[in-house]
Amino acid sequence: MSRRRHSDSENEGSQPHKRRRTSEPIEIEDRLESLICRVGEKSTSSLESNLEGLAGVLEADLPNYKNKILRILCSVARLLPEKLTVYTTLVGLLNARNYNFGGEFVEAMIRQLKETLKNNLYNEAVYLVRFLSDLVNCHVIAAPSMVAMFENFISVTQEEDVPQVRSDWFVYMVLSCLPWVGKELYEKKDAEMDRLFSQIEGYLKGRVKAHAPMLQVWTAEKPHPQEEYLDCLWAQIQKLKKDRWQERHILRPYIAFDSVLCEALQHNLPPFTPPGHMPDAQYPMPRVVFRMFDYTDAPEGPVMPGSHSVERFVIEENLHCIIQTHWKERKTCAAQLLSYPGKNKIPLNYHIVEVIFGELFQLPTPPHIDVMYTTLLIELCKLQPGSLPQVLAQATEMLYMRLDTMNTSCIDRLINWFSHHLSNFQFRWSWDDWSDCLTVDPEKPKPKFVKEVLEKSMRLSYHQRMVDIVPATFAALIPAEPNFIYKYEDESASSLPGYPASITVGNAIKNRATNEEILAILKEVPNPNQEDDDDEGESFNPLKIDVFLQTLLHLAAKSFSHSFSALGKFHEILKALTERDEGKLHILKVVYEVWRNHPQMIAVLVDKMIRTQIVDCAAVANWLFSQDMAHEFTRLFVWEILHSTIRKMNKHVQKIQQELEEAKDKLEKQQHKRQKDSGDEEDMDKNSEDEEGQLEEQIERLQEKVESAQSEQKNLFLVIFQRFIMLLTEHLVRCETGSVEISTPWYKNCIERLQQVFLMHHVTIQQYMGTLENLLFTAELDPHILAVYQQFCALQL
Amino acid sequence: MSVKLNALVSDSYVDVSQYRDQHFKGNRYDQEKLLKQSHTLYVGNLSFYSTEDQVHEIFSKSGDVKRIVIGLDKVKKTACGFCFVEYYTRTGAENAMRFINGTRLDDRIIRTDWDAGFKEGRQYGRGKSGGQVRDEYRQDYDPARGGYDYQGCLSHKSGIHLFLLFGCTDPPGCVRR
Repeated sequence: MSRRRHSDSENEGSQPHKRRRTSEPIEIEDRLESLICRVGEKSTSSLESNLEGLAGVLEADLPNYKNKILRILCSVARLLPEKLTVYTTLVGLLNARNYNFGGEFVEAMIRQLKETLKNNLYNEAVYLVRFLSDLVNCHVIAAPSMVAMFENFISVTQEEDVPQVRSDWFVYMVLSCLPWVGKELYEKKDAEMDRLFSQIEGYLKGRVKAHAPMLQVWTAEKPHPQEEYLDCLWAQIQKLKKDRWQERHILRPYIAFDSVLCEALQHNLPPFTPPGHMPDAQYPMPRVVFRMFDYTDAPEGPVMPGSHSVERFVIEENLHCIIQTHWKERKTCAAQLLSYPGKNKIPLNYHIVEVIFGELFQLPTPPHIDVMYTTLLIELCKLQPGSLPQVLAQATEMLYMRLDTMNTSCIDRLINWFSHHLSNFQFRWSWDDWSDCLTVDPEKPKPKFVKEVLEKSMRLSYHQRMVDIVPATFAALIPAEPNFIYKYEDESASSLPGYPASITVGNAIKNRATNEEILAILKEVPNPNQEDDDDEGESFNPLKIDVFLQTLLHLAAKSFSHSFSALGKFHEILKALTERDEGKLHILKVVYEVWRNHPQMIAVLVDKMIRTQIVDCAAVANWLFSQDMAHEFTRLFVWEILHSTIRKMNKHVQKIQQELEEAKDKLEKQQHKRQKDSGDEEDMDKNSEDEEGQLEEQIERLQEKVESAQSEQKNLFLVIFQRFIMLLTEHLVRCETGSVEISTPWYKNCIERLQQVFLMHHVTIQQYMGTLENLLFTAELDPHILAVYQQFCALQL
Repeated sequence: MSVKLNALVSDSYVDVSQYRDQHFKGNRYDQEKLLKQSHTLYVGNLSFYSTEDQVHEIFSKSGDVKRIVIGLDKVKKTACGFCFVEYYTRTGAENAMRFINGTRLDDRIIRTDWDAGFKEGRQYGRGKSGGQVRDEYRQDYDPARGGYDYQGCLSHKSGIHLFLLFGCTDPPGCVRR
């Protein structure tokens, strides 16, 4: 598979496949890039001889291609952190052969580091600093200057009035380099390093970790505590220090070249002052370390390194980096993961599965789209059919057993992953192993999980399949057949007030009556809410909506497309019926009533109705939280609809904001142009003035549109949070007065769903923190509810 | 400073395939441009029994789906094993190419490919019998795709012969899988 298929077209533009002569510079640059990127991959020769050879080639090319080589090496330092030591060795060899080049490389790296920090690319900055620190091992950089850089980083902990995430990040950066360079730095500068350590220790003791509970996948400490990431790393480094920096996992090619490298002259890092805190800086969010396995889980073969061993940190780091590099290409990603260097000494399959689930369950959101992990795991199963499926099955079993304390958002992802995974393997699973879920309260996490898995699995297949794949004992957990429920189905409904109208309307639709004709029919529908002598005729008539929508959707029940077509065809009528909020609420109620056995259909209809403005987002939120939907409140489809609704609202605001930005840019360009051209011709001036006037008008309109959209967005969040607070307060008060345990399955679901709203939409919600705090999350609130808000605030301290 | 490494930006699952719709109205340049910007995917190797619901469920995993058009037998007007999926965003379609293409729906490996955009009429199979061309001369028995090929007793003929005999509009080499 050629990796560079499109590089030609990017360079040339119009002639994508023109062959070029081999001696041209661009070809050579491509080749250099390829050579450098590929070193370290599977080869017939040893890594050492490949590095030696490559160093020779690059040295020879330095006179003509020095800048290109510098840039490529800087890029691999930033983008291929999993191959860190391969490239530091290469740089070491080059430095030994050409001292000046080594110096220029270090300078280029420092420039790059400044750039990444300026651009909020904090993860990449860590890789760069780690690269620099490993260059100490390769005799490129002098240890004392590295220590000085670390001292500057740690001095950030003394800054006042800065977000905790800022100083956290600098501490993380220093600690995460120590597995690679701790030994060397301690040998050369132990007093300074000890001082650094006690500074770090002091800082860590004073850290606020209110955010941690919100990010933990499980609330239980057993069997594996979900540690805050800095606490875990600190424990790992301390253990490494106690072991006198003996670390045997990291691949260190430079050791083989020690005789050559120790002859090289070292460079000093220039003094590096960390850039000051800027208000628009977006530091990485704090994390919790995901652990699901320990040495007892991998019974045969190599032992899994302990949770506080530095090996564990390095392995997880490298596996995360591999996924980060190759996530778009699942075959390559799987192959790279499985060929991890040093894999024979560790239970690699367990590490891979743990890292993948760690990303999938990461809170607030996974680093990559959920479906990527499903497909990656399938790919891994294909490559290791004799071993990986078993580890995956074991992992699934463990996750099932710990559902009671698993965060609801993570359970959602587990449901989606498991059902999609099963659908690729004929739904084969040992369901009987899970029959314990049949004997407990069906609202508890385990039976709920199985129920939701079967519901999602049914969406990917069909009802009878579900009946076939589970044992008969599981019948109660199988979802209902996704059939339409028509109120006015037959003669037995003839006593219902809307029945006659439903027949008339049905016939009208079938006979292609016009909208006016249908509206006329609907006008005759009696209003159950209206007093007999009330002439107003304008009060809200729910029966109208009921009759029309039930009948229409019944006629269109065959497929999604049929239903969408129906909504489109009768858009005018539906808009008229839902002019008021009560109408919007009622239409949602009817949709639910008819399709309550087919939640997937409800979701797509609600989506369509929002997009065609038959209902608005606030109406959907109010409907989901209404008493009518209370019995469905813990079902996954409800939350999928809510989050989808919030996302649509957010996208809408973003779209208009973008239009505004574009119009502003256009105006600026226009004004700029006019200044340049002014005085050329009166006509041209007048035209461009007109254009500018138009643009200014457009900008004013868009500004209003943005404000209105933002107001709607704010209102949506207020509605949602308000409803949560009402429901939770009610429950808490009831429990306290009745002296009953608060923590029912319903409560756990509800409070975690509140957390989920904060986490999934944290970027948008940040804008409205002031309003939220003043109006809703005040000190008078029940501490259980306020805690969620406070934990959320702690994420960006 | 640093460069974008061509060797690292490989995203081959998103690449356009060799197939080009022979009925496309426009020149090759237009077609290439539309394919590169498209939000629409062709989906092939579906079971005849796969429903819009199932297609919607699986393809929603990579992004919000705007529209699904189920491919129909031109004569029978029943599903004949392909469809079009249109996303609101290009990213949704790209992620489908990366993560849903080559996985299973209804126990079958489905294939996705970029499409220049749905136009009325393109929802019909172009095989002589009404289904897809590829089913005209399929050699194997596929119960989820009507059983034997449309010619039944002529299933022993090779693809080339059928092309010559029945004048299928798409030569065998460029049939959409």
